[in-house]
Amino acid sequence: MTAATQGDLSTLTSKELHHKIVNKDISVMELVELFLNRIEQYDPQLNAYITVVQDKARAQAIEVDNKIRSGELNHPLAGVPYALKDLFCTKGILTTCGSNMLRNFKSPYDATVYDKLNHAGAVLLGKVNMDEFAMGSSNENSAFGVVRNPWDTSRVPGGSSGGSAAAIAAGLAPYSLGSDTGGSVRQPASYCGISSIKPTYGRISRYGMTAYASSLDQCGPMARSAEDMALILQTISGFDVRDSTSANMPVPDYSATLNEPLTGLRIGIPKEFFADGLDAGVAKVINEAVEQFKRLGATVKEVSLPNSHLSVAAYYVIAPAEASANLSRFDGVRFGHSCDAPTNLQDLYERSRWEGFGDEVKRRIVIGTYALSSGYYDAYYLKAQKIRRLIKNDFVAAFNDVDVLMGPVTPTTAFKIGEKSDDPIAMYLGDIYTLPISLAGVPALSIPVGFSDNLPVGLQIIGDYFNEAKLLNVAHQYQQVTDWHRQSPIAFSGV
Amino acid sequence: MSENSLEEFEKVSCSVQITPDTIVKVAHLARLAIPENRVYSYTLIIGDILNLVAQMNAVNTDGIEPLLNPLDATQLLRADEVTETNQRELYQSVAPRVEEGLYLVPKVIE
Repeated sequence: MTAATQGDLSTLTSKELHHKIVNKDISVMELVELFLNRIEQYDPQLNAYITVVQDKARAQAIEVDNKIRSGELNHPLAGVPYALKDLFCTKGILTTCGSNMLRNFKSPYDATVYDKLNHAGAVLLGKVNMDEFAMGSSNENSAFGVVRNPWDTSRVPGGSSGGSAAAIAAGLAPYSLGSDTGGSVRQPASYCGISSIKPTYGRISRYGMTAYASSLDQCGPMARSAEDMALILQTISGFDVRDSTSANMPVPDYSATLNEPLTGLRIGIPKEFFADGLDAGVAKVINEAVEQFKRLGATVKEVSLPNSHLSVAAYYVIAPAEASANLSRFDGVRFGHSCDAPTNLQDLYERSRWEGFGDEVKRRIVIGTYALSSGYYDAYYLKAQKIRRLIKNDFVAAFNDVDVLMGPVTPTTAFKIGEKSDDPIAMYLGDIYTLPISLAGVPALSIPVGFSDNLPVGLQIIGDYFNEAKLLNVAHQYQQVTDWHRQSPIAFSGV
Repeated sequence: MSENSLEEFEKVSCSVQITPDTIVKVAHLARLAIPENRVYSYTLIIGDILNLVAQMNAVNTDGIEPLLNPLDATQLLRADEVTETNQRELYQSVAPRVEEGLYLVPKVIE
């Protein structure tokens, strides 16, 4: 295979790769080798992968090649390699959550989404880097080091699913599963120029997805196109008896409605998302994207989400409070880091946790513990849940008048590594456009719609509860008439 | 919101002044062995974060139903049936210290 061909293949969508496998243009094994080679060559510059499972990937490639040849396997993702954010449990493979607490942890069971992808014949390449326990917006909070943005390696890829976004952008995996609690698939997708979707809360089983904030967490596909996201979402969605928060709702055929025309689509533009704080270069790109939708037949009107400015405050109570409870399972006794020579049980708990967790995780545990402590519950957690109701009501009202909402994913493009790492408040404020969606629990996706100063800009498209099909249709129609999702960083375009 | 909690609420909303003593107390509740030389920096940053979240206090939420679950779903319960087999050895294979099927911890009873 020539150098140019390898480079080309690494920029294809999952759907295109699957077609090449079915047409016998390439075998699953050749495809796996191609991505393993690229990871070996390029990942030292990016640090996207924590674990690469070469042997398992090759063994699985042989099996899947055989099953496709015999006709036993015809799933549209069969044979297509992918990467998992390192918080999905994978039996016999490290699951670190980007933390020293789980540096050597191998889960005794598989996450439901991993199980479903295995059944589909998808081939796991490895586990990708993330902010520790999914807490962060820059991927600088990983015990395994910062991940670099393939468009400019002096900049962050975003977070917390930064490894997933960087790997896809650089052609080190065609797709990945991330998780989104406050924007963790949408923001890195925007910074790295790829597509991602945070489905409705409860759409995908979280069994085996390490918990951060249980009333917010949701798994999210990250990929090269809306069409790929439809295939992935189709494969992993649905009710799971092992996750009591998964929604018992039918899963529609997401690919079937991708080609519906957008004539008459009613787009709402939340005016609060275009107020002070939005970078002028980002605003320009977003406005141009909205114009494109008008040309596709959509109508556009301004709407208001009057309580969205409260989302940062409410989120940074609710998420830490739930995190402090979820992370209490790390006690140095049953699994994870355990301190040396504990003098008593208290010492075992306190030192194991102090040594095992990084700074941002400890900050959020302290905030959450404070907010839930005696005398403060009503003033913080309960108050935040009431604000959350107001934020949800804003979305419910908006969707009475429009089909989807559109706006920026983030106020700026990717920032420099180290620029905000000493200022958590500045980092939190950057989540302003993704947090309202998370608090309301509605679905939203991010697609690349242009560049500002040579850095990718993502458009956020927000839908009503369980209306992922509409979001994917809208995004797909845009990607039929534009090629922003086809752009790849030149530095990673070779063999 | 009850009268008592309203008092607490006003106390908090007036002054998000976190003291080093509070940080030590909360760290203990969270089972985190915070070293003395980190207490001050934690006090500052936690204070800053609490001032950020104090924005919530500007909004009257009287009579608003708290949102516990974005779908307003209630907890599902499964049938009380045995669905898992005993996999103690597998689950204990990831534990730091085990002996004869038991987790080992420092002595708690003298």
